[in-house]
Amino acid sequence: MVPLDYYLILGAVIFAIGVIGVLVRRNLIVVLMSIELILNAVNLTFIAFSRYLGSMQGQVIVFFVMAVAAAEAVIGLAIVISVFRHRRSLDPQEMQLLKW
Amino acid sequence: MDASAILFYVISVLLVLSSLMVVFLRNVVHCALALVVALFLIAILFVMLHAPMVGVLQVLVYAGAIMVLFLFVIMFLNPTAAEPRPKLWWGFGSLAALLLAASLAALLSNGGAPADPVAATEIFGSPSTLAKSLFTDFVLPFEITSVLLLVAIIGAVVLAKREP
Amino acid sequence: MIVDIGIVAVKAFLVLFMVLNLAGILGWIERKGSALIQDRIGANRASVLGFAGMGLVNTLVADPLKFLTKEDFVPSQGDKFLHTLAPCMALFTALVTFAVIPFGDVLVLGERVINLQVANLNIGILYVFAIGSLGVYGIVIGAWASNNKFSLLGGVRGSAQMISYEVAMGLSVIGILMVFGTLELQEIARGQGTLIRDMLPESAGFLKSTIGWLPAWGIFLQPLAFLLFFTAAVAETKRIPFDLPEGESELVAGYHVEYSGGKFLMFFAGEFAEIVTAAGLMTTLFFGGWQVPYLMRDGFHFPWGETVLLPHLAVTALQVAAFTLKVIFFCWLQILLRWSVPRFRYDQVMRLGWKMLLPLALLNVIVTAIVIIALQ
Repeated sequence: MVPLDYYLILGAVIFAIGVIGVLVRRNLIVVLMSIELILNAVNLTFIAFSRYLGSMQGQVIVFFVMAVAAAEAVIGLAIVISVFRHRRSLDPQEMQLLKW
Repeated sequence: MDASAILFYVISVLLVLSSLMVVFLRNVVHCALALVVALFLIAILFVMLHAPMVGVLQVLVYAGAIMVLFLFVIMFLNPTAAEPRPKLWWGFGSLAALLLAASLAALLSNGGAPADPVAATEIFGSPSTLAKSLFTDFVLPFEITSVLLLVAIIGAVVLAKREP
Repeated sequence: MIVDIGIVAVKAFLVLFMVLNLAGILGWIERKGSALIQDRIGANRASVLGFAGMGLVNTLVADPLKFLTKEDFVPSQGDKFLHTLAPCMALFTALVTFAVIPFGDVLVLGERVINLQVANLNIGILYVFAIGSLGVYGIVIGAWASNNKFSLLGGVRGSAQMISYEVAMGLSVIGILMVFGTLELQEIARGQGTLIRDMLPESAGFLKSTIGWLPAWGIFLQPLAFLLFFTAAVAETKRIPFDLPEGESELVAGYHVEYSGGKFLMFFAGEFAEIVTAAGLMTTLFFGGWQVPYLMRDGFHFPWGETVLLPHLAVTALQVAAFTLKVIFFCWLQILLRWSVPRFRYDQVMRLGWKMLLPLALLNVIVTAIVIIALQ
């Protein structure tokens, strides 16, 4: 059994990779996918703690995180579809109408 | 070094590789498939951590339904314009993420959590234990989540409807 | 330790052997059976040393040779890696599902008790649904990588159909899970060995006298769930009447139009393996799996009191044979269905899945819950 720290470091690395994706990629769908990566890194941390502390609460919380992530992915993709219909582009840089 | 430790190292290397592929590949469909692989590997890690129910839900819901939705949207929108990749941006972004990962890892490594796991009973992480917690201690969040999913369905239909 | 791994490897080999062979034989039954139904002779030209075996040589020898020696190409603008990956995923998910389906009770060799199931997971049936939801990727990726509008259309239709009927399939099984109280398939199969009169409380005297002598098979306890599951499983495997994604006369073979040779053989074999898997699930959940009526571990115990004792190996052999026969029966039923009914239009498929099967499955869950509470 590997020590808990290894799981936490793995979670931190995946979180950081997801953050790169959100900040740097210029395709809305890949940004949404990076957000899913971030959520999964958090799930991994929860489950690791749940195992090492012997409590079921971590797993229940992960269950809810998954449900919320599903709802968020659905709405995010619906927004992407309606934005694409208007602007014909998926580049977040071009969606600057609200900028002053 | 027992078998589970070797498995953990192999899976974590593959997981980091596929996450990097999600973020760095040019073709969006390839990115989506790399994410499916990453989700499946995380599900394997869940099962190794004595959470088989959450692991199979991860495959069912995340890798099996949400990612299919992503692939549908990618195929319908079919974006052909290649996205620009400014090098300065990517350099800065990677540096920031590296700093974030390093600080998180440093913060998390000295926690007071026990280094070795508590001995797991047979029913830890099984469907019956998860269901018992879900329907007794966490019944209010459960009901609210069902309303949330209903709101998400209605919202998605309204947003994505084509104006007649 | 090594012996344990060896036993699992032998079981896995046996299961794969049976599924793949059955998939091949089903190809033959389909060609010859369809010929009989349509009052024609069918393929009978290929022969080895004069033996044509009613089309057996044609389907099992000539066809695979033909497929494997055809040119293997990738469409010019298509994605090479994905084009090769798609049939692998389709075949993989069809075969791997059989790991949790029990094909017998236990085999006692000396002091070693071997559970006749490749993997005894405590999440049992959820594993089947998870692998089924991964099966959508074979279609989606195959359709996309072919760079062909007809292929994409067929693939999108196919995957939308599959994910719609996954919901109906999952919900229709909930009734069985409520009755037997477990997710593990081996426990569900074992639970179907009790007689109905042993499951009912004392207060249900009327029910006990009329149907109490039946074994507690899923079909007697949940008939509506069986119909829903059968429909949903046939829709999942994209067989007629639900085969518009592959529509041979409408969509030019839909999502596998750009596949030839070995890759098409993999799609084809994957489809027949899915038929075997659907049949395996139906027998395990609704028809007692490996149960022979009134056969317990030591012999027959008939409800009218008579007992016939049998040695352990005979009991195990009978149970495995019963499982195989039931699976073959359901495969034959699906093939019969294919050649008897026309195919649904796509909007009819979607309406059936969401507006008819889903509410009926939910109704089934509610009625099952009421009956279980009333009988306690």
